[in-house]
This record gives sequence, C-alpha cells and structure tokens, in this order.
Amino acid sequence: MNFMTGAKVLLMMGCPEIPIQTSIALYLSHKLTKLGFDVTVAGTTAASKLLKVSDSDGYYVKKLVDLDKTIVDIIEKRTDFDMCFAFMHNDAGMTYATTMSSISQARMYSIVFGRNAEALAETIEFDCEKIVAQDVHNPVRLKNKLDKVMEEIAR
Amino acid sequence: MSCIEQMKYKIHLERTSFKEAREYIEQNSDEVHYVSPGYKIFKDYYIIGIPPIAVGAKGNALLFTYTKPCHGSFVLSIDNEDSVKEINRLRESEKEKEPALLKKGKPPESSKAPAASYQDIWKKQDPES
Repeated sequence: MNFMTGAKVLLMMGCPEIPIQTSIALYLSHKLTKLGFDVTVAGTTAASKLLKVSDSDGYYVKKLVDLDKTIVDIIEKRTDFDMCFAFMHNDAGMTYATTMSSISQARMYSIVFGRNAEALAETIEFDCEKIVAQDVHNPVRLKNKLDKVMEEIAR
Repeated sequence: MSCIEQMKYKIHLERTSFKEAREYIEQNSDEVHYVSPGYKIFKDYYIIGIPPIAVGAKGNALLFTYTKPCHGSFVLSIDNEDSVKEINRLRESEKEKEPALLKKGKPPESSKAPAASYQDIWKKQDPES
C-alpha cells in the first residue's frame, strides 16, 4: 500500500487516429488499477468505441466516460481527479490538455506520441511531466517509458 | 453535442492550430477580451483553449475558438441577440474586475477560475468611438 492508493486518475484520450493510443490506454488503465488507483478513461466517441470493442467485458477499463462531458463536470466542480494522463499527438490534443491543467487540481502527465511528438512536446506550456515517443504503430517504447513513470508513482 | 452545433454560425477559419485561431480573432475583431479555459458562452459551450483565450466582438457578432480533438481549432462567429448579451457580459466582467484589481495592486494568481482576467485583457480602441 502506498500513499496514493485509491487516488483518482483520469486517462484523457484524444483523436484515435494514431494506433498506439488505444493499446497504451488499455495498458495504463489496467496497470494503474492493479496498483490501487481509481482509474477513469475519457475519450471522444470514436476513441471510446475503439476501447469498448477491444475490451468488451470491461476487464482493463472499469470506467469509460465522455471527454467533453468530463471537462464540463470538472469546470462545474462536480468532479475532479488527483492525476491526469493526457494523450496527445496533435495541436487539439495539446489544447485539451492545457485546458485540463487549467481547470483541474490534477497532477498532469502528458503522453506525447506520433510523428511530430518531439515538436509538439516543445509547445506544451503548462506544468507537467512529459512522456514522449515519436511512434505511431509500435507502442513498446512508450510503454517502457510509462512503466518507469508508474514505478516512480508507486514508490 | 454543445448548443453551438445547433446554432447558426459562420466559420472564419477551420482545422487550424489554437495559436492561429487566437491570432485571427485578435486581428479581425473590433474588441478582444481574454478569458480562462472553461469560460462558458451561450447556453452550454465551455471554451477549450490555451490561455490567453481571445474572444472577439465585431459589430454584434461574437468571435470565438472551437476546438475538436480530431479536427483542430476553428474560429466561429455567431450574430444574434444572444451574442449581443455575451459581448455585454464580457464588457461588464471587465468593468467589475478593474476596481478590485486596483485595490489589490496585482493581478489574480489563479487561472483555475473560468472568468476573464484583467491582466490578460487587451481591448482595441475603436477610433470612431
């Protein structure tokens, strides 16, 4: 048991056009749940459907919610999170994550991936830990980086 | 779906970056007000964006950014009686903040609150007014 057990974690998925997002979201949700965190995954309609079909029995993702509705709930102070992992591979994803950092008390982790990952990571202006991998199809490098982050969190 | 998608709007810029959308509003509005992420306009649209978020007034039309995860940022405008109300609300919010800030002598520190920040407010002067 560590001090963060039971803490509320939000995984904020963006546009699902880069394949590694879905697999990393499933992986991260499952790992964090096993570590004792209360994990919620938020996504666009398409990102959520990809996740739902991949995990049809809800084995890896226990709570799946709508991204825009979750943001409204945080703004209206109906909910909030202790930690947020924001997926981003484009300017819109970064814009959503910046909004989240502004409206929420959550500690922010930016998961930046895709062909322009490094350039996109440079544009992040809010306080966060950046996990960057210039990958599109192969999730292993990003998974390995996230394993290190989770080790730190669980310590 | 927010109320914006059911309203009559004009698209000024589409599928662009947030920064370019902000610059468009700054360069194409009679008045520019700055708000925090999550600022609510019309019935239920909460602005997604990177501070400072520009909201413009051009005549009676309200210009604002609209960001979608898969499509990037857009600049939209709405010109109806609700946009006039929103423009007046931005002006009033600015007026209310000014005296309080003068008393304190410094701008608000938190960007958590979805309200307009005087420190970020820049208003183009209309030479005709």
